[in-house]
Order: sequence, then structure tokens, then C-alpha cells
Amino acid sequence: MSHVPALHPHTGREPRGLARWLFTTNHKDIGILYMLFGAMSFAIGGVFALLIRAQLFQPGRHVLTPELYDQVITLHGLVMVFAALMPVTAGFANYLIPMMIGAPDMALPRLNNWGFWLLPPAAVLLLFPFALEFFGIGNGPIDTGWTIYAPLSVQAGLGVDFAIFAVFLLGASSLMASINIVVTIFNLRAPGMTMMKLPLFVWSWLMTSFLLIAVFPALVAGAGMLLADRHFGTHFFSAAGGGDPVLWQHLFWFFGHPEVYILLFPTAGVMSHILPTFARKPIYGYRAQIYAYWAITVLSVIVWAHHMFTSGMPVAGQLFFMYATMAISVPLAVLFFCWLGTVWRGSLTFETPMLFALGYVTLFGIGGLTGLVLADAVADQQYHNSYFLVAHFHYALFGGPIMGMIAAGYYWLPKMTGHMYSERVGKWHFWLTLIGFNVTFMPQFFLGIAGMPRRIPDYALQFADLNMVSSIGALIVGAAQLLFLYNIVAAGRGWYAPASSRVWEAAEGLEFTLPSPPPHHSFSEQPVIS
Amino acid sequence: MMLAPLPRAAANRRLAWIVALAAAGSFAFAFALVPLYSTFCDLTGLNGATGIAAPAAMKEAAARWVTVEFTSTVMPGLPWRFEPVQRRVRVHPGEPVTAFYRATNLAPRAIDGQAVMSVMPETAATHLKKAECFCFERQALRSGETRDMPLIFFLTPDLPEDVNTVTLSYAFFPLGSGTH
Amino acid sequence: MVKVRRFTLTAIVIGATLASTPAYARNPFEFQTPVTPVAQETLHIHNLFLATIALMFAAGMGFLLYAVFRHRKSRGHHAALFTGPRTAAQWVLVTIPFLILVAIDYVVMGIPAYHAVLAMADTKRDATLVVKITGSQWKWRYEYPDEHLAFTSNLATPREQLAGSAPTDPDYLLEVDRPLVLPVGEKVRILLTSTDVIHSWWVPAFGVKQDAIPGFLRETWVRIESPGVYRGQCAELCGVGHAFMPIVVDAKPEPEFRKWLAAAKSDAERTAEESAGHLSLDDLVARGRKAYATSCGACHQENGRGLPGLIPPIAAGEPYTATPELTDKLAQRGFYRDGRIVLGSVDQHIDIVLGGIPGTPMPAFGPQLDDADIAAIVTYERNSFGNHTGEAVQPADVAKARRAPADRDHHAEEFR
Repeated sequence: MSHVPALHPHTGREPRGLARWLFTTNHKDIGILYMLFGAMSFAIGGVFALLIRAQLFQPGRHVLTPELYDQVITLHGLVMVFAALMPVTAGFANYLIPMMIGAPDMALPRLNNWGFWLLPPAAVLLLFPFALEFFGIGNGPIDTGWTIYAPLSVQAGLGVDFAIFAVFLLGASSLMASINIVVTIFNLRAPGMTMMKLPLFVWSWLMTSFLLIAVFPALVAGAGMLLADRHFGTHFFSAAGGGDPVLWQHLFWFFGHPEVYILLFPTAGVMSHILPTFARKPIYGYRAQIYAYWAITVLSVIVWAHHMFTSGMPVAGQLFFMYATMAISVPLAVLFFCWLGTVWRGSLTFETPMLFALGYVTLFGIGGLTGLVLADAVADQQYHNSYFLVAHFHYALFGGPIMGMIAAGYYWLPKMTGHMYSERVGKWHFWLTLIGFNVTFMPQFFLGIAGMPRRIPDYALQFADLNMVSSIGALIVGAAQLLFLYNIVAAGRGWYAPASSRVWEAAEGLEFTLPSPPPHHSFSEQPVIS
Repeated sequence: MMLAPLPRAAANRRLAWIVALAAAGSFAFAFALVPLYSTFCDLTGLNGATGIAAPAAMKEAAARWVTVEFTSTVMPGLPWRFEPVQRRVRVHPGEPVTAFYRATNLAPRAIDGQAVMSVMPETAATHLKKAECFCFERQALRSGETRDMPLIFFLTPDLPEDVNTVTLSYAFFPLGSGTH
Repeated sequence: MVKVRRFTLTAIVIGATLASTPAYARNPFEFQTPVTPVAQETLHIHNLFLATIALMFAAGMGFLLYAVFRHRKSRGHHAALFTGPRTAAQWVLVTIPFLILVAIDYVVMGIPAYHAVLAMADTKRDATLVVKITGSQWKWRYEYPDEHLAFTSNLATPREQLAGSAPTDPDYLLEVDRPLVLPVGEKVRILLTSTDVIHSWWVPAFGVKQDAIPGFLRETWVRIESPGVYRGQCAELCGVGHAFMPIVVDAKPEPEFRKWLAAAKSDAERTAEESAGHLSLDDLVARGRKAYATSCGACHQENGRGLPGLIPPIAAGEPYTATPELTDKLAQRGFYRDGRIVLGSVDQHIDIVLGGIPGTPMPAFGPQLDDADIAAIVTYERNSFGNHTGEAVQPADVAKARRAPADRDHHAEEFR
């Protein structure tokens, strides 16, 4: 291309202060807003987790009443999934995707701003019933479990209504972000940046956006039906009027299963950036990974009923969903294979991002493999709704996306702030998190095998020892995250060495051609990719 | 805050609307799932859903015997007694059967109810056809009234060979009193 | 060095985990001792699958750890540059693990899984006993339709233990007042439904977990092969009492089962007769104290104080503050005035226990308690907690109330 226009003529001072953050349309600002919101929500969700483990430290404890316990476990799930993980991954998407593809910003900057600012009200809606309860209105927030099964959710108190409206806002926000990401990736790539040259993080977010567009509306529709059953006399989920409670489960899990891949893909993409950097070796199997993302995307929408094996499924259904679920193991294995292939015969160093990335591969591996076990429709009679399931999805969701987000945080924090973090503190953070996490959740596999159900505030005596171990682990994991907070503050305040453009010796990608931190408008001239 | 107009702004907006349309399609699909699911249940017997057929559709009866057992559940809030008159019958598939359920309204005012049928095993449910059932309409009972409510059904002759017991259940739900 | 430490620490954690094993599992990797054919098959599948994924994990970790130890910059290892298979031999090498995975999925795991699914689904024939199980908030009701026998099974762990003011007994949270009794060696067909929300009936030793769905029937089966007492819990969140509705099955050899059945039926008949008879105030209060503890104490508390802001106290004169939705309904029935509980009429009192108060947490006990128990509870309440009416309510009064209950507000949504 011969003529590349200058992109951002200066029109005066950049806005500062509150106005900047409220009205910004800059993708890096919005990315940071998402990340900060997500980090705060992670802390809140983490406090809920510690309350749960405090209640379960021993049988017969009364830290929380059964009613409050049900509210806390529900909010823990909803906050971690919708207010922590999804916003943080969206934050990285906003911050990085334009830079990675050589674009000046996202395609629809104002939509971007709206998409973010829907989130704080959604979080407030979820938690507001606590305040209402304090003044004698209602019985507190939603307490049905994050899966909000009918008819319990039809009967439950006004916390469910607030949660439904929160879902509407969250759905709108996610859809706005997805639309923006799809348009940006299709339309705003710099010259020479073909689809098959896109960094894998960008590909992973493209697929995530496709999934969000395909399935989040199902959750919104279901939530609307639930609202109607609760207040407008409809009978979607009640047998009396010709409806069926199990229909909710189908709607929810049609969203819910792809949702776990929505949560997973961004960090899987991140792995394909971090591992090559610290192995000093190009990513293995670039095309294979893209095909794997496609395969997982397509398969993910046809396996939802493996969450429903005990709901009274006919034989044909059990066989179909079991075999379809097992099929997903193949493209997931492709991803693992490619990560192993990247690390194999590399020249490895073990800075904090690499430690968390290796931890991700290991722990998500356990999560995925135990998913294979759960896929068996008959054995699932024992695992379903037991602590085996709780352990599985925490290995998959914490061991995967959360560890991945922490890895991404350490990896790109110097780029975003212009300063390094403390490597020593980072290593402590990693080891304490890894050990604490395993101490928390490995015993839970055995609790499930022994017969302990989930979502109970008190339990039979034979489960006591392992629960105590698990609660101690939770304390370790919780405390360890304070080290992450330290490192984020340290990098933000510049307590340690300044970071170069490249930050890491072998980092690749357009974002590492820009200064650390990148200027408000990243590129002064549009890059051309050869 | 002023930004120079991005290149291809119009193309971006158009693609954005197309993607938004896809999202709207997903939303519509979710609502379409409601009747789709209902139809799927009727076709496959999922949830114990049975079919309706006119008596004329009955074919030649098979030679074997199948036991049909009856059970009932009264849902909370319905002050009725509701039980099958007969615990079980033995039928030939293809042959019409009449069974009765007896309901008594124990409340001091008229109460309406709606019955929902469920049949197990699911493989049998699609093979049970109702010619006449009190579950087709809401039932109104005056205070203190007892009524024997009939059900006329048949099992189709192609009922799988390995099914020799079928359980037929009704759950009776309250519908409030008088008009609605 | 650092990696060795990680490995050792993880091993120690896992070792400590395994050291504290539940008493009745054979080992912590296996389910509770299986006593049905389905449970045995499930256990075999579980063992097979766990062993398989352990091998897969070990293989993957093996490669990863090898690379971590040997392919590091500090050992002077230089990075290779390959990004994918090039030669035909490399393609074959790369494809093999995926072929192995497919074989594991669909042959090693898939074929036993297929057989197990078919075996588990075999409810359709040859059952010699049918049991109907109904889940409610928060108890199970067991019915033997062919024997005209039905009873409710409630958590029997005493209130003091739940409140933490007494040491727990070994079956804490896993004991009930009336277990389900089943014969050993016979195929039992189990029908499941619910009267309110979705519950799930789970007995690990049987390998059975099946949801109970309001308005619909579900079906499963067991053939219990050893006598004994087997315990399980509700496995679908159903409200605040979810942890407090256990399942206990007492499996007896067939002759003992028949004896139990006959005795249970005649007990039921006797209770029905008692319901027609006349009981003394003392008998009623004594019986009522027990029935109150089982059915009312969970919410109204053993001391009758209730839960401030939610559950009203039983004693007349006690203050009670709650939302108007709750207090108005009590006032309508004559049990609340000027911020305090008032002792309303006997008729209304019976009606509240029989039919509940729709729109509040007070459920209807009419379906699950017989006339004698309800009469006893109302008598006990009117003569305890500071109430001294001296009134005795007879089972016949309750029977009459069932037939023509005092006027109350019926709404279509009452059952919610």
C-alpha cells in the first residue's frame, strides 16, 4: 500500500479524571476498566468462596444460615462467571486486539463504552437485594444456585427478579462486545494481516464472539420466560399449564455448556502467546489450533444435555450426548498437543507468566480429563451434583481461565504499565496458588466419590476430614491473591524496573513493537504486515 | 472527545447490524425451542408424553398381555382426594381400555383442577394413545362433589416387545375457583 | 530443583488427602460398596475410566516435565524451530496419539459405557415390587401402591445436634424416622415425582440418582443384593432444607420384608382407628411434643420462638415483626394483633396446620400427617410455650376439618 493516512490528528488535550473514564471510547482505557471491574469482582467472589469454606470447615458450623449459604453459593458462581472472568477476558480483548491486528481502535468505540458501563449496574442488581433485606424488603439475593433451576426459581423470592434483570444487562453487554470484536477482526486488520496470520489470541476471541452471539440470547430468552412465569401467569416451566420444568434446564445448558468454552477460549489463546515467548520457539500447529477452535465451537452446541443425565433421559439421548461429549476431547487434545509441541525442545525460562501457563496446562488437563469421566451417562449417576463435579469444574475454570488470566496479567502488565513487577513475589504467588488450589480441590474429588452432595451447608461426619483440608487450602489460595494485588500495584506505581517495548526477550506480536505503555493512540502510522 | 472518522466506518456499521441480526436470530431460536421441545416430547415420548388418537385409529389387537398400572399425585393447594379406581388392568395392545379416577372436592367451595398425565417407561409413552381423557380439559368440582372421571386409551400394537408393564400417572394441579 | 519441589509438595498433599479416607469406602478412589448390579457396573466403569485418564495424564505430564527439566535455557538447550510435522513419518507420529484417543473414547470407554446405559435403562420388566417416591420440601414420601401403605420419611437428627448444642451421633444428617424398607434380591421398580420443586433421589450404594420432577413421573429400578441399611441424600438444590432430607433404605431379606410389611400395614390401620377414637389431654400433649419436634421444630424451633422476621412464635403475647405479607395473613386468621401473636380459634388453628398459609413459608401438613398427629400438635401448641388453654383437640375434629375447612383464601398460585 503506497499511501497510509495518518490516523489521529490531534484535536487538543486528552480528557482527564472522571470524565475520561466515564466517556472514554479508547480501547485501552475500556480494556483497563473491564479488567479493574473484573478484578474487583474476583475479590468479591473470592470472599464468598472463603465464606463457603468457612461454613464447611467442620460439620455443624453456623457461620452462615442455610438461607444465606444458598445465596452465597449462588452469588459466588454468578459473580465469578459473569462479573469476574468474562469482563477480565473482555478487558484483554479490548486492550490487545486492536494492537495485535494493527488497528487504531475497535470498530465501534462508542458501543464499546456502553458495553462496559452496563456491567457495574448489573453487578449492583445482583447484590442489591442484600440492602433491601436490611430494610425489611424481601429475603435477600438469589439463592437457587447459579443454574437457577425451575420450579425453585419460579417460587423463590425477589432476588431472582434482580438476577433476571442483571442477566438482561449482562447479555446486552456481552453481545455488544461480541459484535464489536467480530467487526473489528473482519474489517480493521492492517494491510497484510490476513486471517491466517492473526495471532491466536485474536482467533480465540473471534470464536468466543461467535459462541456468545449464538447462545447468550438463549439465556436471555429463558430468563424472560422465567420472569413471565413468576409474574405474568405463564406456564413455560410448570406442568400445570402444559409446560415443563426440564425446559429451563435445556435452555440454560444450551447456553451453559458453550459458556464454559466462552470462558476457556480466550485463555487458551493466551497460552499460545506465552508458551512460545518463554520457550523461545514459534507456536506449534498454528493451523491445527484454529481447526481445533472451530471443531470445539461446533461440538459445544450439541452436547448440553450431559448436564442433565439424571433428569430422566431416554437411552438414545444418553448415548448421543455421551458420545458427542467424548468427541470434544479430540480437538481439546489438539490444543494440548500443540502446547506441548511448542514447549518441546524449546529453550525454556520460567518467569512468572510461564509458571502460570505451565500450571494452566496441568490443571486444566486434570479438569478436562475428569470431564471425560463425567461424560459417562451411567457413572454420572454417582458424580452428578456431588463434590466430584464441583472439583471438576473448579479444575477446569480456575485451573484454566483464572490461572490463564493471571498468566496474561503478568505477561502483559509490564506492557500496560511500563514497569516490571516483582519476580520474587510473582513466584511466591504462583507456588502458593498452585499448592493452595490443589489442597482445596483435590480432596473434593474424593468427597464426591465418597457420596457428598453439593450445595449443602452442613454434611455427614464421614466427610469431615477432607472438608477441613479443603477449607485450609482455600485460605492459602485466598491469601496468595494478595501477592497478585501487590504486584499489580507495584507495576502500576513503577516500583520496579521500567519495561522495554519488547518486555520479554522472545516476545512476538505487534503490541511488542509499541512502547510500554503504548501511547493513547497506539499507532501513529498504520503498520503494514509482510 | 473527537476521533477522526475511521476508515470504512459505513462497512463497520453494516457488518455490525448483520451480526446483531444473527444475535436476534439466536434469540428467536430460543423462543422457538418452546414449541419445538413440546413437539419433540410428543414425538419421542420424552417426559412420558403420550399421544391422542381417535378410536377409529385402533388396529387389530396383539395377542400378548401388558399390565397397565395407575397412580396419582395431588399437588399442594388442591383440596381434593384423587385416586385411581383400579390399581391395574391387563390389556392387549390395540384394544381400547376404559379406566377411572375418582376425585372428591373436600373444600367448602367449587375448585377447578387440571390433570397432567405422565407415562413410564418412555419407550411406552409414544405408544399410548388417549381417545378420551379428563386431562384434556380443566375439571370443575362443586364443594363436596365426588366424580369418577374416565380415561379411554389404547396401547398401539407396535409397543416394543420388551415392555410388559406400563405405569400411568396423573398429577392434579389446582386452578382456583370458579371462572378464570 | 524448583520443579522437584513442586512435584514433592503435590505428592505430599495427595498423600495427606488419601490418608483421611471415609470409613465405609473400600478405598478413597472407589465409590461406596456397591450392592446392586447397576452400582457394580458403574464402579467398574469408574475404575476403568480413572485408570485411563491417569495414564493419559501421566503421559502428557511426562513429556511436559521432561521438557521442563531438559529443554531449559539454563542448561544451555537451544530452541528448535519446527512448527509442525513435515515428513510423512512425522505426520504418522503426530496422528497416532489422536487415533489412540479416539480408540480410548469410543472403544475402551465407549463400549462398556454403551452396555451400562442399556442395563441401567431396563426398568420395563420383571419387577416384583413397585414403590412410589414423592419428594417434597423437605422430606420424602414412600408409598407401596399395591399394599395401600404410605408414610413420610423425615430427618431424625435431633434439633440440639443441628443447632450444635449437643454432640453429633455417627449418622448425623443421615438418619430418618421411617426408612424405606425394601426386599433383598427382588427387582424393585421405583417411580419418582415431586409435589413442589425438583428433588433428586440418590443412594450411592445402589448407583441410583434420579430426579423427582413435579407433575411428571420418572422411573428407575434396583435389585439390592445384600441386606443392610443404606444412606443417601437429596441431590438437587430444593431450597433451604436441601441438606436436611436424607434417604435411608433398610434392605431386608424377603421373609423379613414380608413380616415388616404386614406389621406396617396393621400399624397404619391401628393409627387410623386411633384417629377415630378419643384421647386424653396428657396423651395428646405427649404425642404432640414428639410430632412437633419432627414436623414443626425445624422452623418454629424447639422452644416455639420461631425465627425473628420470618417464622412466628407459638406463644400468645410474644412479639412478632415481619413484612405485611406475612402478618396480614396471620391477622386475617385471628392469630396476630398489634405486633404480637394472639391465640386464635381452634378451628383456624387446625386449618392452618392442615392447609398451611398460602403465600407464606407455612406448608400444608394435611397430606402427610394423620388426624391423630395433627390433633396432637394443635393440642400441644395450645398447651405449651406459655399457652394454657386446657383445650384438647380430638382426631375426629381434624377429620371433620379436612372435609369442610374453615374459610380461607384460595389462589390459583397457592401451590407455589
